[in-house]
Amino acid sequence: MLRLILSRLLSLALTLVAVSLAIFLILEVLPGDPAAIMLGTAAREDTLAALRHELGLDQPALVRYFHWIGGLLHGDLGQSITYKMPVSTLVTERMAVTFPLSLMAILISTTLALPLGVTAAARRDGPVDRAVLAFSSLGVAVPNFWIGILFILFFATWLGWFPAGGFPGWSGSFWVALKALVLPAVALALPQAAVLTRVTRSATLEVIGADFVRTARAKGVDKGATLRRHVVPNALIPVTTILGLQLSFFFGGAILVENVFNLPGLGRLAYQALNQRDLVVIKDIVLIFSGLVIVINFLVDIGYAILDPRLRSRA
Amino acid sequence: MSKRFLAAALIISASFSPALAAKTSLVIGMPIEPPGLDPTVAAPVAIREVTWANLYEGLVRIDQDGKVQPLLAKRWDISPDGLTYTFHLQSGVKFHDGSTFDSADVKFAFDRARAPTSTNAQKQIFAPIASVETPDPATVVIRLKETSGNFLYYLGWGDAVIVAPETAENNKASPVGTGPFKFKSWTRGDRVELVRNPDYWQTDKTKLETVTFRFINDPQAQVAALKAGDLDAFPNLSAPELFSELKKDARFTAVAGNTEGEIVAGMNNAKKPFDDARVRRALMHAVDRKALVEGAYSGYGQPIGSFFSPNHPAFVDMTAVIPYDPEKAKALLAEAGYGNGLSITIKAPQMAYASRSAELLAAMFAEVGVDLKIIPTEFPAKWIEEVFKNKDYDVTIVAHTEPLDIDIFARDNYYFNYKNDKFKALIAEAGKTTGENARFAKYAEAQKILAEDVPALFLFQLPKLGVWNAKLKGLWENSPVPANDVTDVSWTD
Repeated sequence: MLRLILSRLLSLALTLVAVSLAIFLILEVLPGDPAAIMLGTAAREDTLAALRHELGLDQPALVRYFHWIGGLLHGDLGQSITYKMPVSTLVTERMAVTFPLSLMAILISTTLALPLGVTAAARRDGPVDRAVLAFSSLGVAVPNFWIGILFILFFATWLGWFPAGGFPGWSGSFWVALKALVLPAVALALPQAAVLTRVTRSATLEVIGADFVRTARAKGVDKGATLRRHVVPNALIPVTTILGLQLSFFFGGAILVENVFNLPGLGRLAYQALNQRDLVVIKDIVLIFSGLVIVINFLVDIGYAILDPRLRSRA
Repeated sequence: MSKRFLAAALIISASFSPALAAKTSLVIGMPIEPPGLDPTVAAPVAIREVTWANLYEGLVRIDQDGKVQPLLAKRWDISPDGLTYTFHLQSGVKFHDGSTFDSADVKFAFDRARAPTSTNAQKQIFAPIASVETPDPATVVIRLKETSGNFLYYLGWGDAVIVAPETAENNKASPVGTGPFKFKSWTRGDRVELVRNPDYWQTDKTKLETVTFRFINDPQAQVAALKAGDLDAFPNLSAPELFSELKKDARFTAVAGNTEGEIVAGMNNAKKPFDDARVRRALMHAVDRKALVEGAYSGYGQPIGSFFSPNHPAFVDMTAVIPYDPEKAKALLAEAGYGNGLSITIKAPQMAYASRSAELLAAMFAEVGVDLKIIPTEFPAKWIEEVFKNKDYDVTIVAHTEPLDIDIFARDNYYFNYKNDKFKALIAEAGKTTGENARFAKYAEAQKILAEDVPALFLFQLPKLGVWNAKLKGLWENSPVPANDVTDVSWTD
């Protein structure tokens, strides 16, 4: 188990270095001069040159890359070109929205999907199964931002139960802040819950049909106990894979939902920074997102090993 | 029983509701968050829409009608040769950090803006300045190298607001000015909050205690926030298709005014076939401006025939010079040697008005035998690189949002690649003319040259779709300069 973790950690570090290089190179060839964007179309050449110098954009690419990486190793993410403040502060502020939002979405999605999927599989072709299938087909087909718009129209504009968007911050009332995240979290969770339900259902069905389950039943273990002790643990492996993929989606894919609900999260920061070519912020955020995906994959790998003893020895 | 209970509840709740004092808070929605809060070091309109006249003030200001009014300078004298401006400053003005405003601050602000290291987006405003002198704390003398007819007007822009030497460096994140409101906080990605400046030099000028700017990019979300009561005003709504619905809603005042943005389809005048004025005129004849406004902006937006804002007193309507006339377009194209058709491309940015207009132009051009292929591009980053800098395009479409920017057609190496010496000389002359009537006459002549020569297809003025609570008054209907000046805004009850 320790060897597995160490080897996975090493590949994690190497991947991060490769990713940082890729991000830097892509941004090098991406058209768009931050100085020209900041100063608009009336700016004179000497003004543009002055701003490029101020931003350090007139230095060679290699110098800028190592400056960036060197800063990162010291925990310095640099300063945002547009906001003129440390990226670490910006990211921390935005994490305070995106992290709870993703967490809520994951909770909603798993608490919905796992019981629904298992129940549907256990009562295959029954009315419950049909209803679950219909719900999940709909959920897969409808994009999260559109659900978001419908939610706003119904719950915010018409019923007035929730704010139509925006985020009051955690410094005020905890419940008011939490309330602002409910609609976006549900909008983010529903399509994912649908996918997860289908995967859970099919994984459970596959295990239900396996020989060892028949053996267990033949030995006289009752249906519920078989499900709990033998079926569900085995079905969890494919479910974990999907959940791992979804975790990264929740962080990255929140961009659209954050936009619809006007939430100041990491996704919107990334979107805005890209528009303004705030290269410092883009580099850092893409690296953070990639880092998150890499770490989540690492955790999923470890999760497999915990769920499936066979994988432990194979490493 | 239950009815009586309900009635009692109503009476109780009514007696607990606060006294009907006029509201003193205002929440304003804006589509774009400003990148920084210092208009003297960056161009974006959003910066001015939060800060101009609210946080910062200039020597003069531009009023709702686009006219120059005194502000930090209570009056000024101009020497007969038009080269020396003596400004007499207001007394008792303090910056938000408590320091006193005087002539040294004016000198600092202008010297900073014209220094070699300056990153002022409109540095050319300060180009005519030879020196800034401060004979005493209440007087500033500015000597010019050459006469400048619009000098005072430009001093009313956000780029020329007065900042203090002690705080200028940090204005991007924590702005300090002399305006009626002070900066309170900026929740990045969400809102900027201002509070009333109790030491403002124009005592009792403002009625509002707090002003919050919230940034909502999605057009649907903008309307939802208005309807849910989260916002009191959205002075420049991004959803023309939802505007008429808001107009019918009695809770709101909805006014379609003008911005300073002329939407033009610029052509690469140095490139074939656009080097032939007949082709440019033919394409202009092919455009049904009314139908275009209808399709691209739900009918809001004034058609334009030249490059001048209807907000400006020197504006002349030139739409009749080259009207919609497909037959004439075909004849001109045949005359220029393109009777058998012509294939050109348009680089269209992602903004809804631009991509929709491009589609409509393609349909209108097809009627006269011109095939217009749409190539999507990303504004601002990619557009500035490809079109603006490298001039790698046939036709493109953007709104030019700066006030009084007709001189872009006189600039060397501007992306239109337009060269007209007569026009250039006229614009230079207009710039130097200090007499208002004479200057306006020159601008009228310049508008006519552009209308006839069509270096770009003049389409329509980007409207300012303003929506606000019907009980609010004092918001601007037009924006002769990019601004959300809330100095005179108040609630009616």
